[in-house]
Amino acid sequence: MKTIEDLQKIREEMQSKISLRKDDGDSIRVVVGMATCGIAAGARPVLEALVDEVGRRQLKNVIVTQTGCIGVCRLEPIVEVFEKDKEKVTYVKMDPEMARTLVSEHLVNGRVVQAWTIGASE
Amino acid sequence: MKELSLNVLDLAQNSLSAGARHITIEICESEEKDNLHIRIVDDGAGMDPDFLKRVTDPFVTTRTTRPVGMGIPLIKMAAEMADGQFSIQSRKGEGTELNASFRLSHVDRMPIGDIAGTVTTLIQGAPEVDFVYIRRTDSGSFEFDTGQIRGLMEGISLREPEVLSWIREYIAQGEAGVMAQEV
Repeated sequence: MKTIEDLQKIREEMQSKISLRKDDGDSIRVVVGMATCGIAAGARPVLEALVDEVGRRQLKNVIVTQTGCIGVCRLEPIVEVFEKDKEKVTYVKMDPEMARTLVSEHLVNGRVVQAWTIGASE
Repeated sequence: MKELSLNVLDLAQNSLSAGARHITIEICESEEKDNLHIRIVDDGAGMDPDFLKRVTDPFVTTRTTRPVGMGIPLIKMAAEMADGQFSIQSRKGEGTELNASFRLSHVDRMPIGDIAGTVTTLIQGAPEVDFVYIRRTDSGSFEFDTGQIRGLMEGISLREPEVLSWIREYIAQGEAGVMAQEV
């Protein structure tokens, strides 16, 4: 049973942690397409998997956000990764399992999964 | 869309694109009346009468990446397929209200699906917006208001994974509470 007390405990834990998620220039931004095409193609579970994995691993430098139609609807679900001083990486036809691998391979280990990018699918 | 929760997610995104700061999602299901009703109200930019008249046309959209907008046509079709009705009202500068009703027992009535997931996804994307979610059944109603828990969080963003996870479970169990009596 989730209660308001549980939420208060979460707040206290987060307030006592030394650093919270920072939205500055050094953050890695992970953007999930969430327009009609994305939602119909299954973007919501992809987003949920990303948020869950980033949370589990406590990756404070990663920000997960949503966007509208990217323009390549047939390749949805699409996940874009923006990192300072690096080229944008666009992952296409994602699913929740791939999303979790994306977090460990790309966000943690810094290795782009080339096979899943838009360049590989054309 | 495989479930109505995805249509709701899509339509609430429209509200966000229109700059809404307050969005209410109401889902009422009554076995007694054999009716399911979805209402989405926002305080966004609204539409002028001319655009409003054409908004159910899939070739009418405000986005620039593609010349089609399927969100509203899809919910309208879902409602009409289940012997229901669709209506949308809007006032430029004030906001928009969308209503979709369905015959609950109709064989083509899409399942409601994971609304807790939809609300959580909306909060993740727009943690500063006030979302109110109301679920009504013949047994009672459950209401979730981000405005209330935001105060409690003392400045911590609702999009933090631990908070989102709590929200999702809290909503799911609240819904289960009012659906308990139904088959």
